Amino acid sequence: MTTFQINGRDVTVSVEDDTPLLWVVRDELGLVGSKFGCGVAQCGACTMHLDGQPVRACVTPVSDVAGRKVTTIEGISGSVADAVRDAWVKLDVVQCGYCQSGQVMSAVALLAESPAPSDADIDTAMSGNICRCNTYQRIRTAIHDAATTLKG
Amino acid sequence: MLGPVDLSRLPSFSETRRAVGARAALPLDRRSFVRLALGTGAGLVIGGLIESVPAGAEAAAASNAYDGVFTPFVRISPDNVVTVLIKHQDMGQGVTTGLSTLVADELDADWAQVVPEFSPANVALYKNFAFGVQGTGGSTAISNSFEQYRKAGAAARSMIVQAAAKRWGVAADSIKVSKGVVTSGAHSATFGDLAQEAAAVPVPADPTLKTPDQFTYIGKSFPRLDSKAKTTGARLYTQDVQLPGMLVATLARPARFGGVVKSVDDTAARAVKGVVDVVTTSRGVAVLATSTYPAIRARELLKITWDDAKADMRGTDALVAEYQKLADTPGVVAKAGDAEAALAKADRVIEASYVFPYLAHAPMEPMNCVAQFKDGRATLWTASQLQTVDQAVTAAIFGIKPEDVTINTLWAGGSFGRRGTYDADYIAETAEIVKVTGRGEPIKLVWTREDDIKGGYYRPVYVHKVRVGLDKDGAILGWHHRIVGQSIVSGTMFESALVKDGVDGTSVEGVSDTPYAIPNMHVELHSTTVGVRPLWWRSVGHTHTAYVMETMIDEVAAAGGKDPVEFRLALLAKHPRHTSVLKLAAEKAGWGTPAPEGVFRGVAVHESFKSFVAEVAEVRLVDGKPKVERVVAAVDCGLAVNADNIRSQVEGGVGFGLGAVLHGKVTLKDGVVEQGNFDSYEVLRINEMPRVEVHIVPSAEAPTGIGEPGVPPVGPAVANAISAGTGQRVRVLPFDVGLKLG
Repeated sequence: MTTFQINGRDVTVSVEDDTPLLWVVRDELGLVGSKFGCGVAQCGACTMHLDGQPVRACVTPVSDVAGRKVTTIEGISGSVADAVRDAWVKLDVVQCGYCQSGQVMSAVALLAESPAPSDADIDTAMSGNICRCNTYQRIRTAIHDAATTLKG
Repeated sequence: MLGPVDLSRLPSFSETRRAVGARAALPLDRRSFVRLALGTGAGLVIGGLIESVPAGAEAAAASNAYDGVFTPFVRISPDNVVTVLIKHQDMGQGVTTGLSTLVADELDADWAQVVPEFSPANVALYKNFAFGVQGTGGSTAISNSFEQYRKAGAAARSMIVQAAAKRWGVAADSIKVSKGVVTSGAHSATFGDLAQEAAAVPVPADPTLKTPDQFTYIGKSFPRLDSKAKTTGARLYTQDVQLPGMLVATLARPARFGGVVKSVDDTAARAVKGVVDVVTTSRGVAVLATSTYPAIRARELLKITWDDAKADMRGTDALVAEYQKLADTPGVVAKAGDAEAALAKADRVIEASYVFPYLAHAPMEPMNCVAQFKDGRATLWTASQLQTVDQAVTAAIFGIKPEDVTINTLWAGGSFGRRGTYDADYIAETAEIVKVTGRGEPIKLVWTREDDIKGGYYRPVYVHKVRVGLDKDGAILGWHHRIVGQSIVSGTMFESALVKDGVDGTSVEGVSDTPYAIPNMHVELHSTTVGVRPLWWRSVGHTHTAYVMETMIDEVAAAGGKDPVEFRLALLAKHPRHTSVLKLAAEKAGWGTPAPEGVFRGVAVHESFKSFVAEVAEVRLVDGKPKVERVVAAVDCGLAVNADNIRSQVEGGVGFGLGAVLHGKVTLKDGVVEQGNFDSYEVLRINEMPRVEVHIVPSAEAPTGIGEPGVPPVGPAVANAISAGTGQRVRVLPFDVGLKLG
């Protein structure tokens, strides 16, 4: 039994302690916006926020999140998340879209820490998120666009 | 890439071995289509009434009281929603937006009222005119649908106009339609207001289409219909399908291609909490569980002994060595020319041998499929790319008719060719698991990333050997070219369409049909037999042929001391679309002006899928490694239906092609794949993504492909830049292997 908070709601799940958070969230809690892409923290499609920090949920044992706050793509909100999503839509970043939940979660985490990132900052923060459609150029542009929006 | 396929050549399965005679059009799904009317025109069948359709339209269908305009491609409902039925798979290339655009323009709909929905699997209604079956590939989605979807929109518009004329007692030609609003004098109505009356109007067989100057959406850059849902986590993929009672399966496959199960000890696997069954199929050992993680965990605990008697035990080193020997022997002639005599007279002969590795597609969503067999009918939920093939293969496994297989086509988390398999591989795996277990619940088979990287269906290994003879001025006298590698389509239903006189067109496309004015060109092919399954990979043969042609031409230009752009233009004098993109890319890249300090430029131009793309790469060498900083592309894909989507596809294609030439390789040791995940099968990440500029040549020609044509030129453009900077010609791919800098 593990109890944690997800998107502001307290939940208790009855799974093996070593079950990755990703599968708990997807299969037990039915929130399927976070994706499975690699299972070994190589692609970032499963990115969630744990107490506000981005983590790869596919390698995070559920026991590690006991008593902590997990935020998924379904629950991320606020001015940074809004600015990121608006920029993604405005610039039509997505293609297949499968990686984009993770991209958005990583971008929100970056902008929360660094409100005016350089291209190099973006490359460093986002290089753990693979996009096989290679939408990277628009991801870079959209993060700058969101930063501009947030600056007001 | 494809032509009409021979459905009698469907693959057989060890378990069923049924001959499938689905050669002709499949009868309509009785449950989905209760009334069909008026089928005419260039493939346009319009006027069917759908009682219940799968997936997204369940709500509309459930009421069984649909009373609006209703055709196979367009539905207009009283709530003023225009639904466009999409016959193609959307794997990210944006075809849902593209096809919706064609309908919306001719219909004069408001963009905000348009909702796309994937069509059912039904070859009679939804075939790809380039293939003869329902399917997506070869960058044909817009080109084969261009007239069909415009006609569907125009027909619906005509029905709406006639309904309004009747209601208002006015002449039809007094009626105007703009952004979903119908007006005549003081009268005004929405499509929704008129939907019921319009449904009673006979469907016009040959509606008048707009002329290009009348287009309101076509040719503009307008937003994708799927952006929002793909940034909120709301967009669902096969991986996300949850159905009542559904089980999740993983499949342990042989490590060597051709291996089979000899024996299995599943004791430990069955002890994992959540595991409900372990079964052996003709393809491996399946673990079924109530959720995903137990299915993945338990598979690791299976103790399987494999029989490798029929497996291919060769490693890629041995394979390449064999190919290189073959390249020194005559093959099947793909293009005949007296190259030997010309080479004998040459002042100088440039000789080069190239090696290309196996490549996995590695779409972000690993393969998966949900299948259920109940009451003599099979239902699939999957991102089907060749619906007719998937339907027929599934039918053969269950021993039912193809029309008794319903496919709910879902959004694909990428494909790059991977989901368009001639044997419906992962779908067949799922169907077989369902059959062997005899269960009535839906079963979702999921692949892990390791399954994907190790699973075959690769862009095959190819070896090219080229000899080019030059005169004293550097002009080409003759060109001898041999290609060695697996045929992608041999032994499949695509063979009859694509293999001519023993030559698989997908092995030599881009070489044997080169536009360059090369005298005495001779091309031969050796098609090899290997246990590793080959497959088309975004841009198919052009993945290797463009690289060889464009680096060789560059080398020939350099040998004669000629400018790479000028040299190409001279050899392309009779090909205005090649020359226009080449000139545009060169101009926009500042070709001929000094590059930034430490940066070298390279160029390539290539036609694929009837589109023309030139790319100039700017490359800096950092610590002995190439850093591609900028790529300038010029594109001619005919009439640009959506310019921003064209830019997006070319940007992505550049990244996709660049990742492959820099890092991409699948290698085998003693028949076993050595890579397993993104740590060993490296792909492009954001830190290696160059700035990409895409320039579109204005054109009134019919639209052609854009999903693939951006890929082929980037590799040779980068290689040519590296050569310009170092003098080194990279001929063994990827650069991680073939580029040795101090």
